[in-house]
Amino acid sequence: MASSRLVAGSAVADAEFSRDISLGTTIIAVQFAGGVVLGADSRTSSGSYVANRTQDKITPLLDHVYLCRSGSASDTQAIAGYVQYYLAQLQAERGGPVRVETAAMMAMQMAYGNKNALQAGLIVAGFDADGGSVYAIPLGGTLLRVPFAIGGSGSAYITGWCDKNWRGDMSRDEALDFVRNALRHAMARDSSSGGCVRTVVIDAAGASREFIPGPKLQPTYDELPAPA
Amino acid sequence: MDLGPCVSTEATGKSQAPHTGTTIVAVSFDGGVVLGADGRVSTGTYISNRASNKIQQLTDNVFLLRSGSAADTQAIGDYVRYFAEQLACELGAPPSVATVAKLVSTMNYQNKEMLMGAMIVAGYDEQQGGQVYGCPIGGTLVREQWAVDGSGSTYIWAALDDAFKEGMTRKEAEALVVDALSLAMARDASSGGIIRTVTLDKTGAHVRYIGGSDVPTWFEDLPAPNAAAAGMAVG
Repeated sequence: MASSRLVAGSAVADAEFSRDISLGTTIIAVQFAGGVVLGADSRTSSGSYVANRTQDKITPLLDHVYLCRSGSASDTQAIAGYVQYYLAQLQAERGGPVRVETAAMMAMQMAYGNKNALQAGLIVAGFDADGGSVYAIPLGGTLLRVPFAIGGSGSAYITGWCDKNWRGDMSRDEALDFVRNALRHAMARDSSSGGCVRTVVIDAAGASREFIPGPKLQPTYDELPAPA
Repeated sequence: MDLGPCVSTEATGKSQAPHTGTTIVAVSFDGGVVLGADGRVSTGTYISNRASNKIQQLTDNVFLLRSGSAADTQAIGDYVRYFAEQLACELGAPPSVATVAKLVSTMNYQNKEMLMGAMIVAGYDEQQGGQVYGCPIGGTLVREQWAVDGSGSTYIWAALDDAFKEGMTRKEAEALVVDALSLAMARDASSGGIIRTVTLDKTGAHVRYIGGSDVPTWFEDLPAPNAAAAGMAVG
């Protein structure tokens, strides 16, 4: 994955900052009784340079289905673009609502069909006539319906925390809290995750976004609070 | 881009941890420390020992948690136990936890080219009460309120960040260690089997063994099968 371009100046330093842009990331989605909550950090890195510290990694596929992206920034943007296009076509042809499962399968086909060329870890989540649902599409292109999903480099650090704290009977606010806390813990331990927390809640009323700036996140163990 | 001892399993498909096949945890509480480790030793996909003891006693009041190269950590543990015993004779009193931890880190540092031992030293003495020292590869020595290491530690950093509270009771600390270990064992293929813990306070060392079917289970875990139903003799 590392590509080092030789340009004028220090070849080593340039190589470090010219690595393929990676969404070293933490992404998460949780199903609750009336819908789903998606969340992500906001760091995009190019080697050790943080190319974007306020990145939005939660991308709409339809009004009621969103995609969390991790892995290669370009690969996931390309996949999202294609899936948005095909889903828009489908919605126009069908003249009716498209199910979350359909959108997830579309993303899976892209990921599995091009598995050798892509590096993309995706989470598709949304709300339809059957309620909220979350689909995990890890590297390789498996499609798994799950009650909650975590992904990206930061997710390793919070697997234990999520296993311990997740409950199947969470309300909207509890699910939102779960997502916010999972993200701030991952961001505290993973150097490839950071910045701010973005969340999207999708329910019968549609999709609503929230943004929490980094300094407003509650500090974790041993962290000092941001200066006032 | 150096991500430390764990690389995203998504990016490479495989954990490239230099600390292999273990989860070790030590947590200090009000009046002592609790140490814990899983029991799995694996060579490739074969589990060569499913109930091993990764906790080594260095002195009456100081214990060593071992991860990384089994051979290196055993050698270091044996040397430090020998030095500490000599020191106890010379001092006429047990060496402090800080001294024993320094012996471990010194061995790591002076032989850093050859060794791959990531260890945690924890103990109780009159001078400073319960103490936990991280002795990672390379020879660093750092005192902490709690420490984890081994391949399974990746999965429980956040769980411990969240659950650790200063001044816990002994029971709370023991529960925290067992919870953390079982969460790591559920997710790390190289950790599992049984849990061993040692609690150190002014009354001495209290060793506990938790058999496989008594290890707490979490999300997606199935409950352990009943031993009698499985046709095994219950002693």
